[in-house]
Formats: sequence, C-alpha cells, structure tokens
Amino acid sequence: MELNASLSLVRPEVILSFSALGLLLLAAWREQAGRLISILAVAALVAAAAFVLNFMMNGTNLSAFDGLLINDAFGNFSKILIFIAAAISLIIAPRFLENAGAMRAEYPVLILLSCVGMGVMVSATDLISLYIGLELQSLSAYVLASFVRSDGRSAEAGLKYFVLGALASGMLLFGASLVYGFAGSTSFAAIGAAMDADVGLGLIFGIVFILSGLAFKISAAPFHMWTPDVYEGAPTPVTAFFASAPKVAAIALTIRIVLEAFGAQILVWQQIIIAVALMSIIIGAVGAIGQQNLKRLMAYSSINNVGFILIGLATGTEQGISAMLVYLVIYVAMTLGSFICLLQLKDKDDGYREEFADISGLSKTRPALAAALAIFMFSLAGIPPLFGFWGKLVVFNAAVAAGLLPLAVIGITASVIGAFYYLKVVKVMYFDDAADVIVDSDDNVLVWTGGILAAANSPLGYFAIPALGIWTAYAARALF
Amino acid sequence: MNAADIPVLSIMLAIPVVAAAMCLFVRAERARIIALSATLVNLVLGLLLWLCYDPAGAQWQFTESATMFGPIGWRLGIDGISLSLIMLSVFLMPICIGASWTSIQKRVGEYMAAFLLMETLMIGVFAAQDLLLFYIFFEAGLIPMYLIIGIWGGQDRIYASYKFFLYTLLGSLVMLIAMLWIIQFAGTADIPTLLNTDFPAEAQKWLWFAFFASFAVKMPMWPVHTWLPDAHVQAPTAGSVILAGVLLKMGGYGFLRFSLPMFPEASADFIPLVFGLSMVAVVYTSLVALVQEDMKKLIAYSSVAHMAIVTVGLFTFNQQGIEGAIIVMLSHGLVSGALFLCVGVIYDRLHTREISRYGGLSVNMPKYALLFMLFTMASVGLPGTSGFVGEFLSLAGAYKVSTWATFIATTGIILGAGYMLYLYRRIAFGPQINADAATMSDVNIREMWLLAPIAVVVLWMGVYPETFLAPIRRDVATIVARIERAAPVGDSKLKLVDPTTARYRVVHGPEKNMAEGSH
Repeated sequence: MELNASLSLVRPEVILSFSALGLLLLAAWREQAGRLISILAVAALVAAAAFVLNFMMNGTNLSAFDGLLINDAFGNFSKILIFIAAAISLIIAPRFLENAGAMRAEYPVLILLSCVGMGVMVSATDLISLYIGLELQSLSAYVLASFVRSDGRSAEAGLKYFVLGALASGMLLFGASLVYGFAGSTSFAAIGAAMDADVGLGLIFGIVFILSGLAFKISAAPFHMWTPDVYEGAPTPVTAFFASAPKVAAIALTIRIVLEAFGAQILVWQQIIIAVALMSIIIGAVGAIGQQNLKRLMAYSSINNVGFILIGLATGTEQGISAMLVYLVIYVAMTLGSFICLLQLKDKDDGYREEFADISGLSKTRPALAAALAIFMFSLAGIPPLFGFWGKLVVFNAAVAAGLLPLAVIGITASVIGAFYYLKVVKVMYFDDAADVIVDSDDNVLVWTGGILAAANSPLGYFAIPALGIWTAYAARALF
Repeated sequence: MNAADIPVLSIMLAIPVVAAAMCLFVRAERARIIALSATLVNLVLGLLLWLCYDPAGAQWQFTESATMFGPIGWRLGIDGISLSLIMLSVFLMPICIGASWTSIQKRVGEYMAAFLLMETLMIGVFAAQDLLLFYIFFEAGLIPMYLIIGIWGGQDRIYASYKFFLYTLLGSLVMLIAMLWIIQFAGTADIPTLLNTDFPAEAQKWLWFAFFASFAVKMPMWPVHTWLPDAHVQAPTAGSVILAGVLLKMGGYGFLRFSLPMFPEASADFIPLVFGLSMVAVVYTSLVALVQEDMKKLIAYSSVAHMAIVTVGLFTFNQQGIEGAIIVMLSHGLVSGALFLCVGVIYDRLHTREISRYGGLSVNMPKYALLFMLFTMASVGLPGTSGFVGEFLSLAGAYKVSTWATFIATTGIILGAGYMLYLYRRIAFGPQINADAATMSDVNIREMWLLAPIAVVVLWMGVYPETFLAPIRRDVATIVARIERAAPVGDSKLKLVDPTTARYRVVHGPEKNMAEGSH
C-alpha cells in the first residue's frame, strides 16, 4: 500500500519510463519509424504533463518513497516547463536529423529517459535520489550530444561532455559524501537540521563541492568551459534541448538543495551564489563578443542568463525564487525560439549554416526569419518592450527587495556588455549587405513554433504576466 | 467632459502600432500613405486633446487605468507639460514622414513602421502614469531608433547606432534599479502618488544620481553628450528631426517629472553640479559648433548647448525658470527639427553635408534662404521667435539663483549667434563658388509643406507665447510648490521694486545688441 501511494505520486515519471521502454521495443521492430516514435514520445510527454498539472491543481504536497522524493508545487511547475521544452525539442528535430542521416528512434527515447531523470531531479529531497536523477539525465545527454555519429564535431562534443560531466559528477559525489559524513544523513531535511545546529569546516567543504558540481550542470562560470564546445558540436535540436530542459531541471535542483538542505545558513552559500552569478554574467557577456559561430554565441548567452537567474537564488527569498521561475519560463521561450531560428538557416544545398557571415543581410532576403531572430535577441538582451525584459525586471526587483543593491547594480550594468553582442546579431542581419545564402524554410513546423515563440516574446507576452506571477508564486511558496 | 469617456490616449498609442503592422506588408507607395494618414489622424487627435484640455481642471486629465499586465499598470494621463510634449511629437511626426517621402527608397515599409512605433513610444513616455510603464516606453524607443540609424543612416551608421544604443541603455539601467527601489519604498508605481512621496534625504541622493545617469545621457549633458553628434550626423533627416525634436526632450521631461518633485532636497544639493555641467556645455559645445565643417554636426552641437540652457532653467526651482525651460524644449524641438529639415532639403539635392560645398544659395533658392534664415534666427533667440521667449525666461529664472551661471549661460547665446550666423553666411550668402550648388532648385511644394507649418508655430510661439504657457502654468506652479522647501537662496538678491523692468534690462540688453549687431 505504501508503495502504491508512492508510485501514484510519481505517475508522470512512471508513464515516461514505460513509454520510453515501449518505444524502444517498437524501435527494435521498426527501425525507420523515427517520426512515428517522436510523435508518440510527444504524446507521452503531454500525458505526463497532464498528470503533473493535475497534481498542481490539487495542491499535492506529499513525500514519496520514505522522503526520497517529494511531489510539490515547485517540482511540478518545473516538470511542466521541462516537459514542454522537451516536447518542443522533439517537434523541431526530425527534419534536421533526417538531413544528417540520424533520424533514429533512439532520439525520442533518450529524450524521454532524460525527462524521467529530470523529473527525479526536481523532486529529489535526498542526495541519493538527486544523484540518480542527475546521472540518468546526464547519461542520456552525453549520448544525445554525439547523436550524429558521422559528424566528427558531434562525437567530440559528446566525449567532451562526458569527460567533463563525469568530473562534475565526481565533485558532486565527493561533496555529497562530505555532507553525509558531517551531517549524518543524506536527506535534505536532516542536513538542514544538522546545519541549523552547527556548520563545521567539513560541511562547508561539502557545500562548496556540491555547488561546484551543480554549477557545472547549469553551465555557470567558472564551470562553464564545456558549454560553447558542446553547444557548437551537438546537433542543433539537441543543443536547443540542452539549453532549455536540463537547465531548468538543474536550476530547480539547485534551488531545492540550497534552500532545503543549506537554507538555514544563508551566509555560507549566499556569497558563493553571488560570486557565481556575477562571474557568469560577465564571462557570458564578454566571452560572446568574439564569437563567429551562432551556436557558440548562444552558449555564452545561456551562461550569461544563468547568471541572471542565480541572482534570484542569491536573495534566498520566496520572491527571489518566484522571480527565478518567471525568468526560467521566459528564458526557455527565448532560447528555444533562437534555436528554432538557427535551425531555419539552411542554404540551397540543404546544408545548415551557423556562422555570422551566413546571416549577413538576412532581413533583406528572409525578413520574417530575421524579424523573429531579432525579437529573440532583443528579448535575450532584456530590452523592453520585449518579454525578456520582464524576466530581468522581476529578478532584479527581488534582489533590490532583499537589499542586495550592489549586486543588482553590478549585474544590471554588466547586462549592457551582453546587449552588445545581441545587438551584433541584429546589426549583421539588418545593417550589413545581403549574403543571400539562406533559402526559404520548407519546414512549416519550425516556422510555426518559431512564430508562436516570437509572439510570446513580443509585447503580447505581457498579457501572461498576471498568470505567470500567480503560478510562480504558488510554486515558490512550496519551498518555504 | 465627454472626451474623458473615450480612451483617447490609448487610441493615440494604438493607431501608429496598427499602421506600423500594416506598413510591413504593403508596397512602398502604400506604406507612405498609410504612415502619413496615421500620423495625421494622430495629429488631429492631439489637437482635440489640446482643445479639450482644461488648464483649470484636474491636474491629470484623460486618465485611464487597466490592470491586464499585472504589476505594470496601464495607467495613462496627462497634465499640461505632457500635453505640450505630446503635441510636439504628433506635430513633428507627419513632417518626418513627409521629409522621408522621396529620400527613403529602400525598405520603405520597414522605415515607416519604425517611425510609427517611435511615435507610439514617444506619446507613451509622456502619457505614462505608471513608473514601470514609463520605463518600458522610455527604453523601448532605443530599438526603432537603433534600426533607423543603422539601416537608413549615413557612412558611419553602425558605429553611431551602437554608440547611441549602448550609451543610453547604460544610463537607463541604473535608473531601473532606482525605480525598483522607489516602487518598493512607496509600495506603488503610480506616478501621481510618487510625486508626493517624501523619500529619506540620504536615499534621495543615490536615487537622484541614478535618474540623473539616465536623463543626463538622454538630454544630453556634457560630458555624456558624445553619442549625439554621431547619431545626428548618421541618422537620416527624419531620424535627426525626431531625435532632436522629441527624444532629447525625454531627458528634460524626466528631470521635470521625476528628479525635481521626487527628490527636491537632492536636486537642490546638486544644483552646483547641474549648473557647472551646463555652463561647460554651453561654452564648450558652442565653441565646438563654431568649427564644424558638417552642417548636421554643427546643429547637433548647438542642440547640446540649448539643452544646457534647459537644465539650467529646470534647476532654478522657480516658476520663470521652469516655464522657460519647457518653452526652450518646445522651441528647440521645432527649430532644430526645422534646421535638420533645411539641411535635408539641400542634402537631397547635393548629397553632402559639407558646408563648404554650398554658398550663395540665396541667389538660386530665395524661398529656402528665407525659411532657413527664420529658423537660424529662432535658434539664435531673436525676439519675436520662439527661441527668445524660452531662453529669456529660463535665464531670468536662473538669475535669481546664480548670477554667475546665468552670465556664463548667456554667453552661449552670443556664441550661438556666432556659429549660426556664420553657418548661414557660408551657406546662403557670399559668391556662388560651387557650380552644382548654384543650379539647385528652390524648395518644392512638398518641402514647403514641411517647413511652413513649423515656421508658423515658431513665430506664433515667439509673438504670443501665452498659448503655450497657459496649459503648463498651473502644473509648473504645482512642481514649484512641491520643491519650494528645498529652493536655493540665490545670490542675486533681487529687490521687489519694479521687478519686470529690472529683469528685462539685465538679460534682454546684451541679447538684443547681439542680435542687431550681427545683421
């Protein structure tokens, strides 16, 4: 009975696991059914999201498996966002992968498995379940990065991701063992209680190692080095996936462990988070300036955005967490939209282009695509009236409310550096002479998803502010 | 007031947006017509606003309020100061569209769309009653202007567009943090409420600086003015008109709307800073203007000098000075806009902005020379033109606060006469040294329609300024009453013997001599 109750709380993950296994079987018989399996995988994600939504509506807040996992509003909010992002990554992929000769059934299956891992990550309340979720997600991701086997860059990305990811996992595990040793438990609640009593040097070491491992997973500076290489090498739909769903999961996980396990000792972790946030903002902004490859640029952009998101965590307040979730939602929309635009950069020989030189003067030859990409760039730069501005605003508002004025001022000033390279994309597309290498997109799926995301990032997105505010506040309250 | 039932301001904001969307999808000729009609409709609506505005009525009129954006309140409303600046915007917009009628040939639809969006954002800045909404309109203007300069600009347009964008962005972001602090302190983003909130004196200083960072760049004040000459020179004619005509006024509007009433003590403390920078700006930029070889650059530097007189006027803390500053803003919006149009007229014919390529234009372009002279005189501040009224009032107000600042700021008018008349002489008078310039045709009907309305308003404002002072008088008085507690003592020690004549002699004397002597 106890097991049944627990299982009913992880229904979304169960659905995804069985779908993944079932689809794997299907793939064994029908090897060329990549598209069909993708569609079924999206259906599985929708079904899982429906269950999550149901939990969220009912206000479920229960522990499962003796406190290894929790089904609460915060986890559920993150899961919905993750599943949507994963579904979009599935929808946009087939054409690209077929083109690369890699549209195999394993792609949707791996994404589903990764989603299971992410589901566990965001609801983990114990270091063990945390690690299991993280590894399931990461292992799927390593394979996905090298999914186009025939492409040397893709294989290199996968290997690089794997080696560095293993290193990060090692650091995380080392930190976890230290924390376990000094706190006497792997459960977040028990660690929190132990930290209330006394924070020794051992625990602090443990926290630093855990946060370093997590910083790697969310590609925050100074553990960001893998990001540009992996983003560049991985197939573009996979990069879009990396930049969205796993990032949400890892950030949600970081929020939960920081607040539930270390929460009591804000002075211990706050300075780490502040340092990581500012470094990410500045390194992300400065590093992007010299890039010629748009995917590398997006990699630095994601480092930069993680910095802004972490400012919300540095506050340690409910408002700050709610702001982070708002930012995450908008960030997922912006980043997926940008990658969808990149996926449409095809030349007449069906080759995918990803350099600055290729989008030169794009506004003259492909005005709609250029306009969409410009919207995403201005939105990422946080220029009003685009929706990305709202994300930055709520995060900085939380920082100001928490009295972190210097952090807010430095962070927002550094965002001007970031604006420089986002503007460069717009400049190349609008001001430079037309290179005319990009042809009209024949993939309506990309055109429509890109268009919808562009509309969401345009000022129309402001209509979503009240709903977004209510849901994120509801989700954030679950942690306090 | 039956007009209060209709959301006039929202309609004025919506019309250009709708028209902009249409412009993107139609052919060039159609786009021009759509843009012109939309701006003309907005002009008519603006005139209706002006007619329906009751100077003795409530402080905030035509108010609207909606909450569909959550914490960002869609609250609009205008007082007399907003009204005059909105009028300036809607008046200049059709002229801008007209000025681009033939000179813009590539990507017309996008060009018109950018201008129409610009119009929405400008009206929004002046009509917003919510601090966040204000910020969004204020900052969003960067995007269309960036595109206007970058796509349709001159040779160095990319450098200029970047400089424009990043300079103004950096200034505004610091202001955003201050705004967030203010909203949390006061618990509301409602501007009318905030204007009567007293902030602690220590916090005021920081907040004032944060706002100053933004508005001083926008204004622009020396030494953060350097983006302006670049942006002006590279922007297409209509872009320069809108930049000089309205965008610069946002800085002055910000000082007036936010810095003064919200932080009176800090404003008073920083008078020496503002006056100091303004004095430097007046003299320095006037001297720089004197040696320019490029017409647009010269006018751009003259803008910085004129805006310095605005800042001096605003920080006088008295009725005259502030009213004068507003009139200088309106006048400069019209006159510099007109001057840029005048440059555009001959640029369209000869495709150079170099002063030495022209000469003796009064022979072959008499109508042009006449209009150009009128605007030159207005820029100099000749009595009878709008420039005189504003400069006189703001300097008279400044005299009550600091005689030295007034003395130095007034030299700007003499220097202004120097560079403007020198410019005029080189372009309109003298021998016709360049054959191609000598064969240029006079202004055509379209150009006449652009310049004549501005000329009429400039003269109107110069001869009967009461029309323009009446709607702002009460609102300026409100601000003055609000900041009175921090008003500086002043060093001129004026005695109330016969104040009008006494002040009249002090400032008007040298100015009149200068204007006559230069003929």
